[in-house]
Amino acid sequence: MAGDLPTTEFDDIPEELLYELEALAHERTEGHVNMVQLLDEEGRFLNRSHFAERASALSVDELRALYRDMAMIRRFDAEATALQRQGQLSLWVPVRGQEAAQIGSGRATLPQDYIFPTYREHGVALTRGVELGELLRQFRGVSNGGWDPRQNNFHLYTLVLAAQVPHAVGYAMGLQRDASRAAAAGRAAPDPAAVVAYFGDGASSEGDIHESMVFAASFKAPVVFFCQNNQWAISVPTQVQSRIPLHNRAKGYGFPGLRVDGNDVLAVHAVTEWALERARSGKGPVLIEAYTYRQGAHTTADDPTKYRLTAEEESWLAKDPITRFEKFLRAEGHADEAFFAEVAAEGEALAAKSRRDVLAFEAPSLAAEMQNVYAERHPLVDEELAWHLEYQAGFADADTDSVEGGH
Amino acid sequence: MPTMTLAKAINAGLRDALAADEMVMLMGEDIGALGGVYRVTEGLKAEFGEDRVVDSPLAESGIVGTSIGLSLRGYRPVGEIQFDGFVFPAFNQITTQLAKLHARSRGQLTVPVTIRIPYGGGIGSVEHHSESPEALFAHTAGLRILTPSNPHDAYWMTRHAIECEDPVIVFEPKRRYWLKGEVDLESPGTSADPFRAHVVREGADATIVAYGPLVPVALAAAEAAAEDGRSVEVVDLRSLSPIDFDTVTASVQKTGRLVVAHEAPTFGGLGGEIAARVSERAFLSLEAPVIRVGGFHMPYPVSKVEGQYLPDIDRILEALDRAFAY
Repeated sequence: MAGDLPTTEFDDIPEELLYELEALAHERTEGHVNMVQLLDEEGRFLNRSHFAERASALSVDELRALYRDMAMIRRFDAEATALQRQGQLSLWVPVRGQEAAQIGSGRATLPQDYIFPTYREHGVALTRGVELGELLRQFRGVSNGGWDPRQNNFHLYTLVLAAQVPHAVGYAMGLQRDASRAAAAGRAAPDPAAVVAYFGDGASSEGDIHESMVFAASFKAPVVFFCQNNQWAISVPTQVQSRIPLHNRAKGYGFPGLRVDGNDVLAVHAVTEWALERARSGKGPVLIEAYTYRQGAHTTADDPTKYRLTAEEESWLAKDPITRFEKFLRAEGHADEAFFAEVAAEGEALAAKSRRDVLAFEAPSLAAEMQNVYAERHPLVDEELAWHLEYQAGFADADTDSVEGGH
Repeated sequence: MPTMTLAKAINAGLRDALAADEMVMLMGEDIGALGGVYRVTEGLKAEFGEDRVVDSPLAESGIVGTSIGLSLRGYRPVGEIQFDGFVFPAFNQITTQLAKLHARSRGQLTVPVTIRIPYGGGIGSVEHHSESPEALFAHTAGLRILTPSNPHDAYWMTRHAIECEDPVIVFEPKRRYWLKGEVDLESPGTSADPFRAHVVREGADATIVAYGPLVPVALAAAEAAAEDGRSVEVVDLRSLSPIDFDTVTASVQKTGRLVVAHEAPTFGGLGGEIAARVSERAFLSLEAPVIRVGGFHMPYPVSKVEGQYLPDIDRILEALDRAFAY
């Protein structure tokens, strides 16, 4: 079994896990998906995976926090969708259905880790402590970023598919050099850290994913490739992106890949925690394919009724990550009605605050934007800025309406 | 003051940058043991180790993309694109990511990445090895673009590019890699500001603006014109973004005539931008339309006929004739 894998690359992996990974790589029966799963659809704990003990190690508080995070991001997401429908945002990218994949993976990161998101990682942003209202600036049209990436080690959203993934690998190569420079200088080693590169099943076809995986494998960079396979790249199903399970591609690059039930927050957390520990300890990259579903539209401009069946959507609703985890918490006696009511109230408060934040955003001046094009002085920018300011000043005596018309 | 080739001057610039700052590192295809296909990085891996002089996988987007990530971690990567025509797999990373990160982060992030690209023709090479794509990058806000024409500038532009907080593309004129000249390693002298154009020959009757590989050609044309009694000034642009229009304008105000020469195709090339700016700034000084000399609107030709495609002394003289005909 293990003979199929280049085992010399995976010496650190215990034999029983190697066996599990290999088993995951094969689809045995039509319609059945092999993946790491710790909770079934009814929220019953399954103690059959190598990763189960990691989930068992979580405290009740940690379990409740995972639920809380998922519920918060779902409520926030609903509010943002409403804001778009009401004309307050030009676009929104809903995350509904992918909460477990994002909260589970994000909560497995440590503060010193660095995250490179796509444009849908609202849940991961929450786990990194990013003020959620900041995520809405881009969609309100007042910023192309919104938060300081260095504050939470959470990079800005990237809208060009897969373009952030080589950045993640480069950042991980930087972490490697930090460690070797410290060693050479006799300084204390920095806290071991790793990078998580998020992307989706659609982006997996981009050349940047291939180049990133080659670099990461060749240099054994401490990066976890976290692919949320939400089944649809706008209107194109995953089968058009890949004829094999996506996680199997890792083997071709020479590092482990595995598929996890992306709607099972415990499984996602356990698998990501393992992959990050492995990366931080210098054993190189891992590809995680989180098998999940985009319950809503790709963006608020999309119409899924044109390309997918209601029956499919309904079958995935039965696998909903939050409902499933709620069942687990209730059945295990980890949370009671009061807890869920408290979380719901907190969600309402978050939604209200986010709405207030959005309505209070101020547009930047074009002049300020011009000044941020370069870090150092640039004469063409200076010249155009001076012209722009003078032109605008020409409207100073006009009424407010014509000043706005001048922009 | 040592005399060295332009390639050696870049090598010295890279070595001194690596020695001066432990965050500087090089990455590219074949730049390690081989020292690069033009040997520009020769000896650097042996001196600074494989962590700092990285033989990358053969993937240009990966070179630029990972360089961006390294710069976000505080490093100052210098990526080498092996040949001009091979930059396009990295075009997305350069234009949508590298050029924009400072702006989209409102100045919170800087990406001090340097990209070295040997460019231009005239060496009898095969397809995709002789191109001049600089206008595509000059058109992109957020990038700075330098191109040296002599060893002294090559050394100091390399140093300045690496020290700059903005991303800088250095287009290296590959057919001048073997051009020798004195390099003052102690002081940049008049090259202290890499973004200023230099008047490299004074003249009174016409100006030739050129850069990179065509500066020696422009100087030779000016010399030939002098034999016909025409006093021609030559401006080495040096920086293609920003362009030092003050120096260009001042020269045209003095001479009244302007010829712009570059190897890149004339249509949509930097010559058009320079002509437009000069007509705005010095319209009343112009005795003739600005004349452009450049490549034709065609893919770079096979090398047996590249001599007819590339601007040479005669084509610049012909352009001067046209300018003087007014």
